[in-house]
Amino acid sequence: MSGGGPLDPLGVSYREREASLTLSTIGEQLQDHRATTQAGTGLAPETELLTLNIGPHHPATHGVLRLLTTLEGEVVRDIKPLIGYVHTGIEKTCEDKSYWKVIPVIERMDYLAYYFNAMAYCMAVERLLDEEVPARAQYLRVIHLELNRIHSHLVWLGTSALDLGAISMFWYCFRERDRILDIFEMTSGQRMHTRYFQIGGVVEDVPVGFAEKVRAFTQEMPTRADQYADLLDRNEIFLQRMKNVCVLDEERLLALGVTGPLLRAAGNPWDLRKATPYSSYDHFEFKIPVGTIGDNYDRYRVRLAEIYESCKIIEQALDGLPEGPHITTNRKVALPPRHELATSMEALIHHFKFVTEGIRVPEGEVYAPIESPRGELGCFVRSDGSSKPARVHMREPSFINLQATADMVKGSYIADLIATLAMMDPVLGGIDR
Amino acid sequence: MPDAPGLELIAEAVRESVSAEAVVGTSFHREQACLEVTPRHLLATIVWLKDAPGHEYNFLASVHGVDYLPDEPRLGVHYELLNMRRAERLRVKVRMTVDSCEVDSVVPVYPTADFQEREVYDFFGVVFNGHPDLRRILLPEDYEGHPQRRDFAIGGEPVIFTHNEPESPGWYK
Repeated sequence: MSGGGPLDPLGVSYREREASLTLSTIGEQLQDHRATTQAGTGLAPETELLTLNIGPHHPATHGVLRLLTTLEGEVVRDIKPLIGYVHTGIEKTCEDKSYWKVIPVIERMDYLAYYFNAMAYCMAVERLLDEEVPARAQYLRVIHLELNRIHSHLVWLGTSALDLGAISMFWYCFRERDRILDIFEMTSGQRMHTRYFQIGGVVEDVPVGFAEKVRAFTQEMPTRADQYADLLDRNEIFLQRMKNVCVLDEERLLALGVTGPLLRAAGNPWDLRKATPYSSYDHFEFKIPVGTIGDNYDRYRVRLAEIYESCKIIEQALDGLPEGPHITTNRKVALPPRHELATSMEALIHHFKFVTEGIRVPEGEVYAPIESPRGELGCFVRSDGSSKPARVHMREPSFINLQATADMVKGSYIADLIATLAMMDPVLGGIDR
Repeated sequence: MPDAPGLELIAEAVRESVSAEAVVGTSFHREQACLEVTPRHLLATIVWLKDAPGHEYNFLASVHGVDYLPDEPRLGVHYELLNMRRAERLRVKVRMTVDSCEVDSVVPVYPTADFQEREVYDFFGVVFNGHPDLRRILLPEDYEGHPQRRDFAIGGEPVIFTHNEPESPGWYK
């Protein structure tokens, strides 16, 4: 049974279980469905169900997501998400790399929240090493994390509005997103997958002119977000497709493990930045936006409100940015500064050991959760005492949240399925890893 | 997080309420509490921790599979439980040998475990009894082996192109 292979332990053929529902299998359940759902009332019941394949290559699925939908006319009766089309085995690759070389690959999981992936991983390894991160590095991390959160929400807003037919939003959001990428380029030389966070701190201090550029952005961004809200909130078509559509209550969301903006939209103010502050988040004043009923409109409002709060955090972090080292001075954990290599034999030895062998991390297992733009992003790292991690596992919020899609869309129209999928904000790189 | 004495109290309460043999051991490392239980008592322990007054670890944050090669028992499954009110986390883990890697599914209690248990099955070959739809999730259905096991070598899998298709005829079957 455990030997592997295509045989499955339930003894039912794979295709049979992958196949969607039919009238004969759904039977009485469908009667209840018809009675309890709004969509399709007043229409005569269909005599057969249609199984429709959406994706994997479809612009509205935000990546290579395949949905097997069962439709009764226009009404969705069931969906099954099929994933794995961009599985690249990153977790296996990590086991073959020394600790600091894992960061570039792990950033490529959720490709819209690369700073968050690196942060969760670095936090886990720092916990294993019992290494303190300097205050300046913690603040610099917060600035980049929050910029990244705005960036991720802008991509979400642009592409979601595009799914609903509002093409101009896409251009506006990507205009602002580009300014964030310019800032990332300023600090690390890359626009995406920057490898800026290192174990014990950040790779380099910020250059001259960084604070001014970020401040100019954070002062302008709230005005821009106001403009986006004006464009969307007074659009009758947008409102009708959002309000009271695909509601899911808090209790069911918690049972399904959903976190992040989707949970907050249902009124639960769970945010790890407040609940268990990490990286100096307790130094800043900000609010947690929450929704009321948990429909698509709440999901949209919560994310939009988070953009304002992120701007506030960034400004406070810039104001209070402490002086000091940007990375730990423990030479067993971080590279020595370049100028020391020419004068110090010891620095040269540390550099050589670090680059050839890497860091040796004491044995142990830790789980480090942070609040990513999509929910709880947790990194589990197990060390066996060598210089390579024995297991790296990411608790990807997109992967977990995807399970809630079926509950949200059952009994609504197929057009609402597209809108809801957009509001879930799944990133397939994160789901498939 | 429960502290080290708090973890011992939880372990003692589990021994009393679930079964005297349920707890294999406890560990408190880097401020993280971990309770190791036998696969036979896993589901009962998880249910007890969810409902027992004063504990109420009622949110399952994550499920990970781990391979402890060369240690025995080799395979492990971790359940990261969370109490949102107290913001406390508790890890429950089970260890199994490769020959008998079966454990009860927690999907009836936590629907969130559905995808995650499928992932552990996919990558480690751990069978979850009572899972409603246990099949591979990220790898293709006809994939052989469980690649996250530590003795699964990486590399060596041919990538099929038109030019090398004749070398592995019938790969699509």
